[in-house]
Amino acid sequence: MIDIQPEKLGELRQFITQFQGKPYFESNLIAVLHKAQALFGYLPREAMDTIAEAMNIPTAHIWGVATFYHYFNLKPIGKFVISVCLGTACYVKGAQEVLDTLRNELHIKVGETTPDMLFTLQEARCLGACGIAPVIMINDKIYGELNSKKVVDLINQMRKSAAKG
Amino acid sequence: MEKYVITLCDGTTCIQKKSREIRTALEAEIQKAGIADRVAIHLSGCLGMCAKGPIVIVNPGYSMYGNVTINDVPEIVQEHLIKGRPIARLTIDEDHLYNRFFRVFGDADFFGKQMRITLRNCGIIDPENIDDYLALRGYEALAKVLTDMTPQKVVETVKKSGLRGRGGAGFPTGVKWELTAKEPGPEKYVICNADEGDPGAFMDRSAIEGDPHTVIEGMIIGGFAIGSNKGIIYIRAEYPLAIKRLEKALADARKNGMLGDKILGSDFSFDIEIRLGAGAFVCGEETALIHSIEGARGMPRPRPPFPAQSGLFNKPTLINNVETWANIPVIILDGADWFSSIGTATSKGTKVFALAGKIKNTGLVEVPMGTTLREIVFNVGGGIPNGKKFKAVQTGGPSGGCLPEKYLETQIDYESLAAAGSIMGSGGMIVIDEDSCMVNMARFFLEFTQDESCGRCTPCREGTKRMLEILTRISEGQGQPGDIEKLERLGNMIKKSSLCGLGQSAPNPVLSTIKNFREEYEEHIHQHKCRAGVCTSLLTFEILDSCVGCGACKKVCPSEAISGKRKEKHAIDPQKCIHCGQCFMACKFGAIRKG
Amino acid sequence: MSQITIFINDKEYKVESGQTIMQTADHLGYHIPRLCYHPKLSIEGACRVCIVEVEGVRNFVASCAYPVRDGMKIRTNTKELRQTRRDIVELILDNHPEDCHTCERNYNCELQRLAYSMGIRRRHFTGEKKHYDKDLSSEAVIRDPNKCILCGRCVRMCSEIQKVHNLTQAHRGFKTVVMPAYNMPFKESVCTACGQCINVCPTAAFLERDYTQELFEALNDKSKIKVAQFAPSVRAAIGEAFNLEPGRNMEGELVAAFRKLGFDYVFDTQFAADLTIMEEASEFLERLQSGGKLPMITSCSSAWMKCMEQFYPDLIENVSTCRSPMSMAGSLIKSYFADKIGVDPDTIYSVATMCCTAKKYEAARPELVVDGRRGVDMVVTTREMAWMIKSAGIDFLNIEKEKPDSPLGMSSGAGAIFGTTGGVMEAAIRTAYELYTGETLVDIEVEAIRGLKGVKEGKLTMDGAEIRVAVAHGLGNACQLLDIVRKEPQRYHFIEIMGCPGGCVGGGGQPYASVNAIPLDENALQKRAQALYDLDRHKTIRRSHDNPDVQKLYREFLQRPLSPVSHKYLHTHYHAKTPRGIIPRVELK
Repeated sequence: MIDIQPEKLGELRQFITQFQGKPYFESNLIAVLHKAQALFGYLPREAMDTIAEAMNIPTAHIWGVATFYHYFNLKPIGKFVISVCLGTACYVKGAQEVLDTLRNELHIKVGETTPDMLFTLQEARCLGACGIAPVIMINDKIYGELNSKKVVDLINQMRKSAAKG
Repeated sequence: MEKYVITLCDGTTCIQKKSREIRTALEAEIQKAGIADRVAIHLSGCLGMCAKGPIVIVNPGYSMYGNVTINDVPEIVQEHLIKGRPIARLTIDEDHLYNRFFRVFGDADFFGKQMRITLRNCGIIDPENIDDYLALRGYEALAKVLTDMTPQKVVETVKKSGLRGRGGAGFPTGVKWELTAKEPGPEKYVICNADEGDPGAFMDRSAIEGDPHTVIEGMIIGGFAIGSNKGIIYIRAEYPLAIKRLEKALADARKNGMLGDKILGSDFSFDIEIRLGAGAFVCGEETALIHSIEGARGMPRPRPPFPAQSGLFNKPTLINNVETWANIPVIILDGADWFSSIGTATSKGTKVFALAGKIKNTGLVEVPMGTTLREIVFNVGGGIPNGKKFKAVQTGGPSGGCLPEKYLETQIDYESLAAAGSIMGSGGMIVIDEDSCMVNMARFFLEFTQDESCGRCTPCREGTKRMLEILTRISEGQGQPGDIEKLERLGNMIKKSSLCGLGQSAPNPVLSTIKNFREEYEEHIHQHKCRAGVCTSLLTFEILDSCVGCGACKKVCPSEAISGKRKEKHAIDPQKCIHCGQCFMACKFGAIRKG
Repeated sequence: MSQITIFINDKEYKVESGQTIMQTADHLGYHIPRLCYHPKLSIEGACRVCIVEVEGVRNFVASCAYPVRDGMKIRTNTKELRQTRRDIVELILDNHPEDCHTCERNYNCELQRLAYSMGIRRRHFTGEKKHYDKDLSSEAVIRDPNKCILCGRCVRMCSEIQKVHNLTQAHRGFKTVVMPAYNMPFKESVCTACGQCINVCPTAAFLERDYTQELFEALNDKSKIKVAQFAPSVRAAIGEAFNLEPGRNMEGELVAAFRKLGFDYVFDTQFAADLTIMEEASEFLERLQSGGKLPMITSCSSAWMKCMEQFYPDLIENVSTCRSPMSMAGSLIKSYFADKIGVDPDTIYSVATMCCTAKKYEAARPELVVDGRRGVDMVVTTREMAWMIKSAGIDFLNIEKEKPDSPLGMSSGAGAIFGTTGGVMEAAIRTAYELYTGETLVDIEVEAIRGLKGVKEGKLTMDGAEIRVAVAHGLGNACQLLDIVRKEPQRYHFIEIMGCPGGCVGGGGQPYASVNAIPLDENALQKRAQALYDLDRHKTIRRSHDNPDVQKLYREFLQRPLSPVSHKYLHTHYHAKTPRGIIPRVELK
């Protein structure tokens, strides 16, 4: 599992100080949560506690915000986050098949992470690459014109690259 | 020897299609050929021709090459750049015209019916270079406003132009400005709503990626008009490239004196910051967006008070979407009269649509208001691929409706689309062919809105869930007599009583498909039939003689409905089959028929 | 504000501008159905039950949020509206457990009443229901998300009125659930156990932990000596659970009912309130004279105690070390009283009936254990006791009144007013003045600190020294006052804080609002308070130090206020506790 490094919490605190003293300080909560997720890959409780203390915002409020927005992960995520676009274009061009293949191949459900912490499977709204539907996004990169076979190949490639280090 | 400028589309789709690798290859090839001193490579934002990407444009001559691969690079360098012979087989279209200061592309079908106002610079300028924007009259409108116009005059101009909000509802922009300008200051806010979230829509993303300065210029003018000196762009975190370009554009604008204290030497000060969304469709709603910027759950609140009176931090706030802002500089420069000469009686100017679905030319199009749906689908969009039959066009995304063939002559404007039973929306346009099931389509959109419902008000939170359950059981062959009436009763109730626009429009895809394709619903319920062959539970599966007996289908069948010896034809037991379609997907020989 | 003309259901009315449709309609005698609305809380506009039709507006509008305009034509009861409201309430029912007849709030449920009045006689849209685990971790407040209809009243109560911010709506859409941060158990959260979420909940999504069955069992245990005590404000409110108007004093009936239920001895917490005044007034004077930490803050309210330990650990030294009256009575029952009747304290079963849910938490505080035992073995709320009386078949309204037992049963008027905001301070002033000056305070009704104003201030002169006091009720008001204290530590000498709006009369364990009444209605709170002030006025002894049984207790057992014996049985200590509570500087939406 991912451990919470104190220096990252320090970096988070440091990030918050840039807003300190400015009007509507508390309104920067979502930017701060983005930063926390960039640091940890998800929003660990320690990070939210740190934010609560540094921004003087009740933890319940932070929790309400963190759970409202789907962009925020509340659990640790894998090395490769696979987002399957279920936008209209992808849907009509077979996104469901792509998703089913991934589920079978990785043996996880949407929102879960493989036990080896390699893959997290997510659904995504339109990624704006409708011209090459169906698409998936692995971390920041988009892969298009997919079918079951291409998806399996991709997964195997990722596995290989992870094994190499 | 002639000098060349090569422009590579650096939009998301083209990048995915290896435009950046092509750039590297081009640079290497040019270096190798020893012509680096006379060839410059520029990047541009999305040109909207995603289906033909990656796009490479060679100027002068404006040769537009599509579907370019790395293998084409040596030919482009040898033939075009060295021998001066454009390559016909890669060319998409040759002609292009200048109409006043913006480009209206030539008579290739894709561009012929288009008129580019908000996208006028997209695909032409390098979005990361402010000089490109300045060269095409960039920030002239701002200079004009600051030197020649009073805030009242700016508001009047926008009012007179007839511009209406491009985010969906079509509220007159000038009136909104006037209301906000009237409120006491000095603390007021100008917001650009770039929380584009409709599935299938990417207008705002491409507009910002392709020409960020237009939006910024529009906002500064808005700030001047209403007496605000603080702007905020609220943009989806899922758009990293657009965010990066905005950041660069804001920094460049600050450096050049278009943002900050005493803009262009005037007494007017204004600055813009970017705030990120975090994945909530409902934040496109004004009051939800405000809550989100305030660092709270993006849940809408009842109106009044409207944001114009009490918005961000309870201060008067002017919110417009990306496309609306992008219209402003043009209106200021070329005048309200010119702008209002484009379009229909009630809807002025142009509208950008993201064409998607079963259509040949997937991409962004900008057409004058009044263009018919038929022109967009069949001329601009190139019609339906694979010889399939047109069935419907869906506008307005999850808030809109499905219009069948009889509405194809409908002219694009706010009122006509509403009269036909859909909405303008923010500009998603999805073409549906005979292979699509309307029940399934309605279910898809409702699944989206149901998932995006903030959960605050009962009708939307509970009602969309029940509607989705009914739709799901219909598509699974479990529909009951009376289900259609229940959908209508719930749908109308949710429309009339929900708190915000999301709920008030969520039933539209269902209600419009019931209205226009009621027989498909009835077939699903009474005959357990899906004519498009989409609802798998209603399908039967059969193994054909072409089966080679590989056993792939047998292996994947979760209900052990398939039997057969190796290398012999297999068979499906219809009693055991659960219609999951796994066998169909697994068969590599096309030996399974569904129907 | 100006006069405007509006039309409701075609009838013309001249009304004040600047109000909502609902407020205006209320004045005109149209009760528009409602659910999420509460007059003390911000407008949620969420349930959509209060929708009306406004001519010229395309959709229905929520009357709780929509302002009236001149010439506005409003309809409140059209066929379409009736069906829409009906369908909305049905949708809520469809996602609600259908266990009314076994539900704690059967007959007391706003949703149930609403569903009946909407005419929902058959169901059209049933489907999947939510399923969540109940949170049974807390000694005081339990949470059942399955019963929650997401009106948001509890969240607003917890954050706007109490400023505790323990609750939030988490997740979204159909999956929205009200919960503390991280969905942590209540016991581990910043919940102060005040129970106000229970008071405002229209259904049974929040309830007190119910001890009625255990209590019935204990009352049948022949090996135990069952001892009851009951708080001042219980007598002022329990009548409402028997359909009486708020403000009827049911002291005599309660004592009789306790005996009929099987209690061997019935004491009055008001006696311990007098004792608290003796100790607290003395502690205050000692601090005043010896340069101790001031302002001194009262410590009777258990929700405030938990709040203080989590939110204001910096003020621990300001808080009086006195136990609450309940806990003082508890430790005396198991020492002084046990000794008096010559029994082993462990054979005594000590039960307190309180207006309060937080007292359930307090009774279990380890800091209060003396000689290895808890002073109070069980706390039940006014609501639980009302149910037990009904369940046992006691004719509460017609019962012969009885008097509490000696030696912990007699009380002064000062003890009675403990149950309302300002009462402790008023009682303390009566005694402190006399202890300090040696003269009897004549004008003993201190109007400045009575009533429902959030923060009240007063001053008095004792031998030429000006003593400045302040009173706050409800933790949100307390937080306002304590912010001042942090900034100006010299401003006050003595502060009373009660955790609940109105003080104990508005406690989290008081009877639910009756049909058509609003939870925590100010009118009802005032009437309950008035019952206690009347009790005070009709007593011949109105100062705690004049209570002869209190004097006797000091003679026989405690020696004198603040003596080592007093300290052992009547005082306690506090610790900073985690999780630390955070009160935001701004209103969070």
